[in-house]
Formats: sequence, C-alpha cells, structure tokens
Amino acid sequence: MQVELLKRGLPQGVEPVSEETMVVNIGPQHPATHGVLRVVLELDGETVIKAIPVVGYLHTGIEKTMESKTYSQVIPLTDRMDYVANLSNNLGYCLAVEKLSDIEVPPKAQFVRVLLTELTRIASHLIWIGTHPHDIGVATIFLYAFRERETLLDLFELVSGQRMMTSYFRIGGLAKDIPEGFNSMVENVLKTFPQRIDDYESLLTRNRIWLMRTKGVGIISKEDAIDYCLSGPMSRGSGLKWDLRKSNPYSSYDKFEFDIPTGENGDVFDRYMVRVKEMRQSLRIVKQAFEGMPEGDFVARVPGVTLPPKEEVFESMEALIFHFKTIVDGFSPPKGEVYHSIESPKGEIGFYIVSDGTNKPYRVKVRPPSFVNLSALNRLVSGRLLADVIATIGSIDFVLGEIDR
Amino acid sequence: MESITQKKLMEKFPDSILKSIEFRGELTLLIKKENLIEVCEFLKSDPELEYNFLSDVCGVDFPERDKRFEVVYNLYSISNCFRIRLKIRVGEVESVPSVTPLWSGANWMEREVYDMLGIRFDNHPDLRRILLPDDWVGHPLRKDFPLTKEEVTFSHNKNRKPKVIE
Repeated sequence: MQVELLKRGLPQGVEPVSEETMVVNIGPQHPATHGVLRVVLELDGETVIKAIPVVGYLHTGIEKTMESKTYSQVIPLTDRMDYVANLSNNLGYCLAVEKLSDIEVPPKAQFVRVLLTELTRIASHLIWIGTHPHDIGVATIFLYAFRERETLLDLFELVSGQRMMTSYFRIGGLAKDIPEGFNSMVENVLKTFPQRIDDYESLLTRNRIWLMRTKGVGIISKEDAIDYCLSGPMSRGSGLKWDLRKSNPYSSYDKFEFDIPTGENGDVFDRYMVRVKEMRQSLRIVKQAFEGMPEGDFVARVPGVTLPPKEEVFESMEALIFHFKTIVDGFSPPKGEVYHSIESPKGEIGFYIVSDGTNKPYRVKVRPPSFVNLSALNRLVSGRLLADVIATIGSIDFVLGEIDR
Repeated sequence: MESITQKKLMEKFPDSILKSIEFRGELTLLIKKENLIEVCEFLKSDPELEYNFLSDVCGVDFPERDKRFEVVYNLYSISNCFRIRLKIRVGEVESVPSVTPLWSGANWMEREVYDMLGIRFDNHPDLRRILLPDDWVGHPLRKDFPLTKEEVTFSHNKNRKPKVIE
C-alpha cells in the first residue's frame, strides 16, 4: 500500500528507492525552477536520495518545424530556443549552414558577430546573476542586473529592431549594416560595465549568506563533468580549461586576446566566479572587436544565397528578380552533413544539419547545452540537503526553451 | 588528426568500418552496429586519440532505406580539439547498444532519440519518453509523422473543436 502511494507521486515508470522515503514535487510552476521545470525529489528526512527532473512542458517541435522551412526561415526559430541568448543561437546555426554551403563571411561581419555574441553572453550572465542569488536569499542584485541588461537589450533593439528575438545574423553575414548610434552605445557599455561588475562582486563575493549557500554545494569533479558531457561554465567551474572559442576558433575568435577563467572545487561558488570573470573577459573581447573593426561589406555577396543590396533592388530589374527568388525559393546547399558548435553562454551549442540537396534542411539536430547540463542534476544533488537543490538548479543556468525546444 | 584516427581505427577494427566520408573538414565513419561499444571505448581510451567527450547523440530517419534509421554520435577530443562522427544504421525493429556505460551524459540524449524516433537502446538505465507526454502516440521526428497545425480559435469558431490542418 505504502509503495503504491509513493508511486503516485513519482513520474510514470520510476520506482521508489525504498518505502521509508517521502516524495516532494517542485514545479512545474515554481519561481525557483526558472521556467516550467518539474523536479520530483525522493527525500529521507531532509536529505535528497534521488532527484528526477521532468522536462518537456515547453516542447514546441522546433526540430520538426525546421524540416519544413527553407534554410533562412529557420533562423527565427533558433531565437526561440535559448531566449535570453538569441544571438548566440543565430550564430551557431548560421555558421553551420555557412560551413555546409562553403560561404566565406566578410571580416566586418565576423567582428560584429563576435562583438554582439559577447554582449549576449554578458546579457545572459546578467539574467543569471540577477535571478540565482534572488532564489537563495540575496535579493538586492536582481534590480541592478536587470537595469544593466536593459542597456544591452536597447543595443540589440537598435541593430535588429527587436529586443529579444533578434534574428540579426543571416546566412553569409548580417541582416543589415550596423546603424548610426551603435558606436556611442558600445562605448557607453565599455565605459560603465567594468564598474558595474565590481558592484555585483561587492554585493556577492564576500557576502556571508551567499558564501554559506554556495561554497561546497553542488560539487562535481572534472572527470564527472566530462562523463556527464557538461560544457560551458559548468565544466569550467570544475577546472576543465576548455572553451570552444579558444580550442576551435570560429568567426575570427583567434584574433582576440582573452583568458579562460576556471574554478577549482566545481561547486556553485566556483561557477559563479567563472561567470563573473567571463563577463570581464567578454568586455575585453568587445573592446578589441570595437577598436579593431575592419571596414568593408557586412554580408558576403553570393548570388542566390544572400540578398542583393537593397539600393540595387529599387533600381535594377535583375536585382529585384534575384531578391524575389532568394526569398521565395531559398537556396540549396550541396548534399552532405555538418556539425558546428559554438560556445554559447550556457555551454556548447551545436547544430547538426543533414542536407539532401533541396532548399530545406532534411534534419536539424540541436545540441542544447542546457539539456545536457541539466541531466547531471541527480548527480549534483543526491546525498545533499533539500535547500541545496534550489542553489544547484540556479547554478546550472539553463533555459527551458532550449531544453524542450 | 583525420589520418591518424582513420589509420588507427582501420588497424584495430578492419572489418567494422563500412565507409569513411570526409566533408568540409569533418570525418564521418559509418560503422557496424555490433562494434559500436568497442569502437567508442577504443576512441575514448586511446591515449593518442582521446575522444573523451560525447557532444551529441541523434537519430535521422530515411524511410526509403532498408534500415531506415541512422544514429549519429558526435565525439570530441578535448586534448586534440578534434571532432569525429560515428554513424550506425538501424532497422525499424532493431535496438541499439546504449553508450551510457561509457558516458553518463548519454542517458538523456538517448532518451530523446527514443522519444523522437522510437529507436530502442539496450542496457539503458531509464528508457522513458523525455520531451513528450507518456501517453503520446507516435514518434514525431519520423518522416511519416505529419506536421500539422490547429486552426486558430476566434469568436466565430470558438464553440467547435479546432480543425487540424496538414
């Protein structure tokens, strides 16, 4: 009878560990799960025996939908996966298609891409640094982080017309040239942000509540991090010095100087330190990209793949026809398959594209970093206290839109 | 790195590599299903190759083939910064050996493949649906699963069940 009762609280197909335990359900509607994540915990007193994340509440069939769109039409769908780091998703997908169709992106577009994805990284980490401490008792930082994120969103709005669903990167380059006023906004970010990050650190790094809730919590070793295929700040917090921007440079990342911050203990605090240091490194990259911005075109001129310049479309018949054909028919990359991954704020986001030679991808598989990182939750929290679960969930820094797709 | 990996694998498993493709600087090896675990284990533990990071597991459906599914493993070597892709072909009723004993992270990836394409994995610790509800019928990423949408509900049609458009 007792076991029957327990089973009722557990997801279908999951057996309880023993009869003595209690099942506690967190979510899917819970402020500390950062979205519609449900975690079913089996507890012995206050100690977690097993944590079972239940995902899929936001599943919208993005991968299936991608198969029915032309290559360019897929870009807006990638925005909707990791909806706090849209430009990183755009970049990953565009680079994969560019690899597939062998397109060389002009240097200016590469630099703008680097600049904007690094700002995206800061924006994504700002959301994290605002919400995660808020979950575990440090409420002050939330408003500061969101205030700064707003300046970055204004910048994204300026370049793309959208605050969040940007779709600014296109196959072959950018949607349009960087607008007037962009430079002064980037200068403003470069001027103010180092001080702001110092402010966050002064609120957290030596804050006693913060230290007590994060030090020695949610520990994962370097070997386990590789075993669980963790990437991004999750594995770097455990001391794995691996960053795709350095190891497999894309979009001219090899021209920039920056360090890879790593932690030692692999606990929540180390992941926090890694993310804070990453924000500083990102600012370094933004500065270099801004100062060394090359002149030139913002998109590769590949007839049939990228659109002809807008001015020509108004004057030349051929350009108008090309514009129309490219929009309606799209383009057909050669038969083949590629996998391209980039370092998104959450970790390695990869796109595996199979092309059958038509204008629509035969299969697009996204390697979502949040999904893989969350799968280690049970390993991170089992044997720990219930309150540590919330601290650990926050430190993984996932976005449910990307997990469920 | 391509040539070393290929040479080593050819020496060690001469019969199990069916095809090797190089496209855009990426190495893809089609291997026999039976040898999957051994090949993965070798690639992971060989000190020179060290493909110790499993980036992704995914499935692709080709309904016109005899063995309709392909399961694709994207491996990465952190020390050599190099990628390799292994592929196996699977029929509709066959199952695939699970790589969870080698990488714990493969657990959810394989669950997703099962959920989306219906490919079963042997020795998997917890093979349940992951993204779709438990009572869902069918596997949506199969090519014969139709992509449908529901008619949008307005005030004039709010009283009837939304029509499904294919």
